[in-house]
Amino acid sequence: MSRDTRTIRDAVEARLAKRHRAEKRFQFYGLSAIALAVGFLALLLISIIGQSVTAFSAHRITLPVTLEAGLVDPAGDASEESLRRGQYNAAIQAALREQFPGVEDRTALRELFGLYSAVNAARLLNAVVEDPALVGETLDFTLPLGDDADLYLKGATVEESLRRGPAPLSITLEDGGARLSSDAAVFGDFAETVRRVAGARIDTALARAAAAEARAETLIDADEREILLAEAERARALAATLEARADGTNGLSPGAQTPSLLVRAAGGVFALDQIAPGAASARASVIVAPDAALTGPVSDWTLWELETPPAARLITDRQIAWTRTLEARGLIENGFNHWLFTNADSREPELAGILGALIGSILTMIVTMFLAVPIGVGAAIYLEEFAPKNRFTDFIEVNINNLAAVPSIVFGLLGLAVFINVFGMPRSAPLLGGMVLALMTLPTVIISSRAALKAVPPSIREAALGVGASRTQAVFHHVLPLAAPGILTGSIIGLAQALGETAPLLMIGMVAFIADPPSLGLSGFTEPATVMPVQIFLWSTGAERAFEARTAAAILILLFVMILFNAVAIYLRRRFERRW
Amino acid sequence: MTNYANLDRDERDALETPAATVYHPAPAGQTVKVSVKDVAVTYGGKAALYKVGMEIPDRSVTACIGPSGCGKSTFLRCINRMNDTIDNARVTGSIRIDGQEVNDRAVDPVVLRARVGMVFQKPNPFPKTIYENIAYGPRIHGLAANREELDQIVETSLKKAGLWQEVADRLTAPGTSLSGGQQQRLVIARAIAVNPEVILMDEPCSALDPIATARVEELIDELRENYALIIVTHSMAQAARVSQMTAFFHLGSLVEYGPTEEIFTNPRDQRTQDYITGRFG
Repeated sequence: MSRDTRTIRDAVEARLAKRHRAEKRFQFYGLSAIALAVGFLALLLISIIGQSVTAFSAHRITLPVTLEAGLVDPAGDASEESLRRGQYNAAIQAALREQFPGVEDRTALRELFGLYSAVNAARLLNAVVEDPALVGETLDFTLPLGDDADLYLKGATVEESLRRGPAPLSITLEDGGARLSSDAAVFGDFAETVRRVAGARIDTALARAAAAEARAETLIDADEREILLAEAERARALAATLEARADGTNGLSPGAQTPSLLVRAAGGVFALDQIAPGAASARASVIVAPDAALTGPVSDWTLWELETPPAARLITDRQIAWTRTLEARGLIENGFNHWLFTNADSREPELAGILGALIGSILTMIVTMFLAVPIGVGAAIYLEEFAPKNRFTDFIEVNINNLAAVPSIVFGLLGLAVFINVFGMPRSAPLLGGMVLALMTLPTVIISSRAALKAVPPSIREAALGVGASRTQAVFHHVLPLAAPGILTGSIIGLAQALGETAPLLMIGMVAFIADPPSLGLSGFTEPATVMPVQIFLWSTGAERAFEARTAAAILILLFVMILFNAVAIYLRRRFERRW
Repeated sequence: MTNYANLDRDERDALETPAATVYHPAPAGQTVKVSVKDVAVTYGGKAALYKVGMEIPDRSVTACIGPSGCGKSTFLRCINRMNDTIDNARVTGSIRIDGQEVNDRAVDPVVLRARVGMVFQKPNPFPKTIYENIAYGPRIHGLAANREELDQIVETSLKKAGLWQEVADRLTAPGTSLSGGQQQRLVIARAIAVNPEVILMDEPCSALDPIATARVEELIDELRENYALIIVTHSMAQAARVSQMTAFFHLGSLVEYGPTEEIFTNPRDQRTQDYITGRFG
């Protein structure tokens, strides 16, 4: 007997260590799963926040715009009609030209006016129409700087380095340009850079030629071989051209593939066009005219190298020089990007905002809420409390569960086929979007509401029935209030899901570019609109680099709205929760 | 639970035949309140109660005893048609309260349940205030014309349930904040508030400690003055203490029914004897 007891205890103890280990192992797995999830979440948030930072600030330029009567009031009677036909963009252009009087050339002017977008003229127009007394006046007009210049100032797109000029530089203005010369080889470093970049390109070209020739050797088909040989020839020709240019006997010219060098001296900015052999002097074009009279060599000057070659950036040398000059003049300042919150979508990233999509989302959610919640909760109450349990209700239940798993785009197709084609509802409208999303949300609302109703203990129902309440009274007086927190949570989860939904809305045309936010009244429901996730989708496919940051910013705003939604859900839940 | 389908045919016939030792009509001098005849219940085709017949006297306590799954709760739930709420339950036979058929289609269960109050095994106050718990029934039945009358009903009911002293100063506290015994008395008060004639109690003390049980038993004894009480209990001691009549159920049929004293001192059926002496159950 005692031996039996001992063997049993030994066996138990032997297993005990194993059981403890298994327990520890399981806990470790759980913990590492959570750590992994939290880590990825943090990574995601950090990357989104990091990307969105540049979207929340914007450089704005303030120009003294003179509203000449002839320009903005063509009819001369200060009537609204006349004011609306005024050339406001021309007024802004004139103000910008005033800053850089030397710019005459058409290409240069186009680049100068590329620093802002003409869409801003509409705001100037509105200001004048509102206050016709402004005609003839000069007002300080603030407008967002163009996205390329904005990104440049944020240091996101162009690598640049500034160095003090090592030796005094004398500048002589010639026709259409300037000659910069010094005793020392002040441009030597830059010439070296240009040569190095050219050398690398030559190597690439030669390698390509060699590769093409080698492949041609192995080919039998004469046509193909000819094509390859022609390619090799072209590559060799390119290498020869580059070599001739890099040779430097006739001077060295930076090209589109090489970095550019600007020189800032005496309040002016020059761009180097050709470096003379020896690198002590160079021919340059004048971007910003020097303000001081140029007598004798300048000792305080800056070598300003733009390491990103022009071909790899969307902002030209001239635009960079003008932007920096305007900044130095105190006309450009950085601030909070309020346009992101007060504008609807725009083709110009600096003017694009989330407001239109936000209003669209709110209107859509209102429709979804007023359709999905009452219908869903009503269906849940009927199915859970009143419906007889038979094959038909089983069939309905199975189908509701299946509907919850149907891909959302199918609901979009349904909306397109039924709501638009059969009922002829307005496409792209929040009303339609809300209806489609309500269809999508219904199963979620019904399932979670049924679960909440089922969770109410039957004793409460019995108590109510026991004192002579009818079934309806028992449900509405006792069961529903107790199920309310659960129903609320389920509904809000469903709505949050709908808020983040894109696919079905693509089908019903809510993906359109909408430049005006829908009005906040009743008519807003039938006006074309877009919603936040679709806006994110649209921006993520935007060609301009500035949309990248705005996409991240829009995601952040959407996340914020979602968190707000859930916070309200938790608050309401706490508020209504009762114990039983 | 006993699987009745597994019983022999003979055994089942034996249960269905009115072999139960039943002394009725009710003892002389007492009016019959509830008259039960041939009541049988099936749940989804499975028999839970075989033809039961008995007469329950007014202004007395009738205890239903028997082992688990013997059908006593099922029987109790027939009287106020609580079995209607169970989807696959089928009730046949006749139950008359004061001569009026309960199982009649014309009888609205809502009206019936106002006449036949019910107290459940676990105290189940509404998650509302004490006042609201009592006032709910009178309000839905329109028993009070105004606030004063409603206040009056609440006070009377709580007094009858012996709870007034304890809760008079906190009528707005949630009903669920009371102790188990108090909750059960609150639930009894709630049942009284709609002015019923019969009160059904399904193991009202099984979730209570002995002191609370004693308090509720006292209350049951007091309520006997005005109501017909039918109480299901697992405690034979309780049945002996509070009831005047006792019905012993076994395997879905009524085995023996008679004055409590006789059932406990001189049972006529062997099964009753075995049960009350603790040989099974």
